[in-house]
Order: sequence, then C-alpha cells, then structure tokens
Amino acid sequence: MSILVDKETRILVQGITGREGGFHAGQCQRYSREFAGGGGAVVAGVTPGKGGQEADGVPVFNTVADAARETGANASLIFVPPPFAADAIVESVDAGLPLVVCITEGIPVRDMVYVKRHMEDSGAVLIGPNCPGVITPGGCKMGIMPGHIHKEGTIGVISKSGTLTYEVVAQLTEQGLGQTTCVGIGGDPVIGTMYIELLRMFEEDPATEAIIMIGEIGGTAEQDAARWAKENVTKPLVGFIAGQTAPPGRRMGHAGAIISGGEGTAAEKMRVMSECGIHVTESPAEMGLTMAKALGKA
Amino acid sequence: MNIHEYQGKELLAKYGVAVPGGGVAETAEEAERIAEELGGTVVVKAQIHAGGRGKGGGVKLAATPAEAKEAASQILGMTLVTHQTGPEGRLVKKVWVEEASDIERELYLGIVLDRATGRPTVMASTEGGMDIEEVAAKTPEKLLKVPVDPALSVWPSTARRVAYGLDLPADLVREGTKFVTNLYRFYDEMDASLVEINPLVQTKDGRILALDAKVNFDDNALYRHEEVAAMRDEDEEDPLEVEASKFNLNYIKLDGSVACMVNGAGLAMATMDIIKLAGAAPANFLDVGGGASKEMVENAFRILMDDPDVKAVFINIFGGILRCDILAEGVVEAVKTVNVNVPIIIRMEGTNVEKGREILEGSGLDFTVGNGMADSAEKVVAALNR
Repeated sequence: MSILVDKETRILVQGITGREGGFHAGQCQRYSREFAGGGGAVVAGVTPGKGGQEADGVPVFNTVADAARETGANASLIFVPPPFAADAIVESVDAGLPLVVCITEGIPVRDMVYVKRHMEDSGAVLIGPNCPGVITPGGCKMGIMPGHIHKEGTIGVISKSGTLTYEVVAQLTEQGLGQTTCVGIGGDPVIGTMYIELLRMFEEDPATEAIIMIGEIGGTAEQDAARWAKENVTKPLVGFIAGQTAPPGRRMGHAGAIISGGEGTAAEKMRVMSECGIHVTESPAEMGLTMAKALGKA
Repeated sequence: MNIHEYQGKELLAKYGVAVPGGGVAETAEEAERIAEELGGTVVVKAQIHAGGRGKGGGVKLAATPAEAKEAASQILGMTLVTHQTGPEGRLVKKVWVEEASDIERELYLGIVLDRATGRPTVMASTEGGMDIEEVAAKTPEKLLKVPVDPALSVWPSTARRVAYGLDLPADLVREGTKFVTNLYRFYDEMDASLVEINPLVQTKDGRILALDAKVNFDDNALYRHEEVAAMRDEDEEDPLEVEASKFNLNYIKLDGSVACMVNGAGLAMATMDIIKLAGAAPANFLDVGGGASKEMVENAFRILMDDPDVKAVFINIFGGILRCDILAEGVVEAVKTVNVNVPIIIRMEGTNVEKGREILEGSGLDFTVGNGMADSAEKVVAALNR
C-alpha cells in the first residue's frame, strides 16, 4: 500500500513537448519499467496546438479532457512555464482528474490564491507547485526526484523541499528504512495540499509504520500540523525544520521561506513540534538516525 | 520586491487611495520648490527601504520652503541608521516632501496573505503608528482580521466591517470603505504581497489619508508589472546579491565565514544549519538550482570569493537532475579561473557521484572530500581552525 500514486496511476504530462517536460516524462516512464514492472506509467501528453503528435511514443493531445477520455489518464504532472501553470492546473481540475502534481517553480502567488479557491469542493488533490513531486518506491514515480535512491518500505515522507527530501530519503535508506510514499509539497506560500491532509492519508495507510515531516521557516503550517497530529496521529512522527540560521525578513530561495513579523522561525516550529510529541532533530545529518531511534531500531 | 514610500504612494494614488500631496526631491532646491507648490507646513522624509526613519533623524517638519530646503540638505547625503538598517546604515539619496497633516487619530490598515487558508486578509487596528506585531502579541483584541474571498474580492459589507472596526465617525465611514476597497483592488491587481498603511490617519478636517505606505510585491509576478519592476533600487541591496541576481543565482549575504554552495533551497538552509551546529557560521545562502551549468557554478564561485569574510568554502550537492560529474567539472573549471585561496570542502551524493569524485581527485587541485553532512561540516570547521 501507499498514498496518492501506485502501479495503477496513469499519468498525463502537461508540457510534454517542452525540454523539462519531455526529459522527465521519459524518466518517469523508465522508472515504471525498471522499478515497478510496468509498461510505462505515462500514457499521454498535453500541449495546446500539438494534438496528434507523439512525444517519445506517447500520444499528445490539445486538451486535458481529450487526453483523459482517450487514454484513461487519472493524474496530471505539470511542467508548464510559470505564466501558464495556474491555468494548466485549472484545466486538469476541470477535466475531473483526481490528482494533479505541479512541478513548476515561480507561479505568481495571486494565481495560486485563485486556483485554490477554484479547487474548493472539486475533490481534486493538488500537490505543489514548486515541488519535486510524489514517488511510491517500486510503484510509481511522478516527479523529478532521482528514483534510484528510494527503497520500498514503511516510512511516509512529507517535505517542503526538493534536494533536502533526497537527503532524508538517502539517510532513511542508509538506516535500512524504506519508504511507502514520499511527497514534496512545495516551498511556495500557497500550495495545494499541506501537511495535515497528508498526515491523515499516511495515518490511514496500513503499510505506513511511521512518518517524517521536513519543514522550513515561514508560515505556520508545521505548527498547525503538529497540533493536529497530537490529536489524530498514532504513528511515530519525526521532524526537522530547515533555516535555523536564516535571518528574519529575507526570502531563502523558496518564495514561502521567510520569517516575517517574528512569525515562522525554525525555533518556534521545533518547539511546538516537540511539545506535540514529535521526535525533532536539530541536525539535518540525523534525520534518518532519529527515525531509526523512534522505531527502536538504532 | 520592496519599493520606496514615494513610489508606493504614487502607485496607490493611481488606484484612488487617498495619500497626502507631495513630491520627490534629489536636491535641497527641489525640496524647496515642492514645498512652495504645496504651501503651508511640509514633512521632509528620507527615502530608504527601512522603517524607523523618524527616530534616526530622517523625518523633519518644515514650516516654510526655506526650512524645507534646510531640512532636505541635512537629510540628503546622510547615512541613516535605524533598527532595520543594521549598524552600517543607508545613504539617503532622495527625500519625499509632503503636506503636513493635522492628525486627529492614527490607525492601522494592512492587507496580507493568510497562508493557512490561502486567502488575503485585511488587518485593521485603532492602534496606529505602533509596531503591529506588538499589538497582535500584547492586545490581540485590538487587531481586527477580516478574510477576503478572492472570488468576490472586497464587497461593501467587507469594507464596512473594517470601517466600523476602525471606529470611524459616521460621516467618514463612506470614505473609509472606499479606501479599503481601493486598497484591496491595488493589492490584488498589482500582485502585492503586502500593503501596510501605518499610520492611516483621520485628519482634523475630516479626511482619511495614508500617511505612510509600505508595499511589497511578489517577485514571481513582476513579469506582468513592468512599471513596478522598473522601480527596483539596486542601491538598497547588497552589491554581491545584485551581482548574483544577474546570473539567476539565489544568493543572500550573511555574516559568517563559511561560504556555501548548494543545490536546492531546503538543502541550502540545512547546510547553513549544520555549519552552525559544527561551531562555525555561514557566510551566505546560495542555491545554484537544479539545472546549474558549468558557467553558473563558475559565476557562483566568483561571487563567493568576492566576499572578504570568507575563510572556507563548503560545497554540498545532492545530485538529482544536477549530476555530480557536471558539478565537479564546473568546480574544477571555476577553481582554475577564479583565484581561490581558501580551503574547499566538497560533499557530493546522488546521481553519478563516483564519476564526480574521480573528476575532483584527478584534477590535481586541493579539495577535501567529506562523507555525509556532519563529517563535512566538521572538516570545514577543522579547516577554519588550521
């Protein structure tokens, strides 16, 4: 078992004819063949005006609705440039796709405010934007992460970051701890799915034994999640917050990673997480070890 | 992106938000002329991207044009130090000269994004002129928060809630609701990330005016607001950061002595954290991104080396899309071209890591290769102490 994606996921890639979209569609395809014993998880591409073409053997459609109807695609992976990415999300939601993963970095916040409002009551799940995507090791890679560092197992991973997620995964794998599903939720101020929804999914997933959440400075999503977890999560939870040394008022790469008005410091987040019973480590070198200890395996 | 007060007021005025009349001056003579045109008492305000200007001597009242000239000559060219500038302060190159207002009450009005709900929120308080974070912490009941449904934007009932929340007298409620509505329209249409009017004043002659204006914009949306993008004042930024931005490098200058080069913002922050845990301090934040080319790595290196405080370099790369061999080639090239005279500690993991290590070892250059984040950070500190 896993959450969000598995061997049944049929991916359509919006922006498949672009450089990034084309490259990563190929990588996701390769992963499903080499690691998941499938024939290729990517079943369609969408680029307006290029319907009827093929991209690496994958049929391209003008609209998401056409692609979904013709191929049975049930999830969209978005590589559309920032000015058009919000529109791409809306198109997939309106076409009734239950899962949308948006990799694009640099979407204006206002566009995402409107997208989020539009998605209310749609029932669709949006992961990202500005994220590495989702992977269920041995099941499905729907994103830009290096697939080979992951290992099938029982840990659920939720993270705002890209490469820091790879770091966590590598540390877990080193401790002999594989992963059920790893979700990069994105580092923007407005994202589709936040920690709480994913904690709920991992709590309900019988294959997930424990969960690690990686946060960073800015906002209060980690504190909100910790308070929710205290009441609702029975599985061991490990946490780390990046940006303990970040100065206030400066945006640390991610659009959402900023301490403003004294809110969103790493110290405050770690304090609340600890108070709520989460195993918090201050060292980014000990995320895997902290999980092993929480499970009594180190 | 931040802009100056005078730029904010000019933009707000275009949206029908009431601001005091005024003009911007780069010389004392210009300030005198603006004061003459305005007539009456004026306020001369230093234009820098920092708060607390009044306490630092950057805001002066002038009863006559001659006094305005004198005030401007004192402020222009001064290095203004406030609690937000750091001890080095900022050089004042422009002043904003505006008509003085006869203040009845000072209020607060702001619009920010509530990240938890993904909705804009109007914040209003009768405690104007104070640090709003302090109001929120000490007297939260005095801070009114009104969420806005982005699909509706601000409807009259929303604006009235704010106006009545500010205890505006009956004959000013209409003007108050107009102010709130126009301010929201500005926030939304201009892709602002923050609009703060502190203080918003109610004048003795029965007007509502934005006495100060702090406006920040979403960098990701600047492509659709050329007018705003043109307002960027590079003098207000660190020169190394300006240089880095030319190469699309995400660089922030810090106070420590260990330069870092990392791919990915989260890992870059975590790298700063591990340096601190090992007992040193990071000299910068630098995310070279997922698709860094050899040229980007080289430019990044040059910028790191331009910081005289740097005593060691820590390169921490988790190769995903960015392959370790490409990174290694870039680093070797960079070290050969840029004059590097401090120890370099490299930690690489992920895609093509073996190839990357071979390239580093075969280069004949003096690198220390770390094993994992903790070991590498310890090697950085050891190199500093050597």
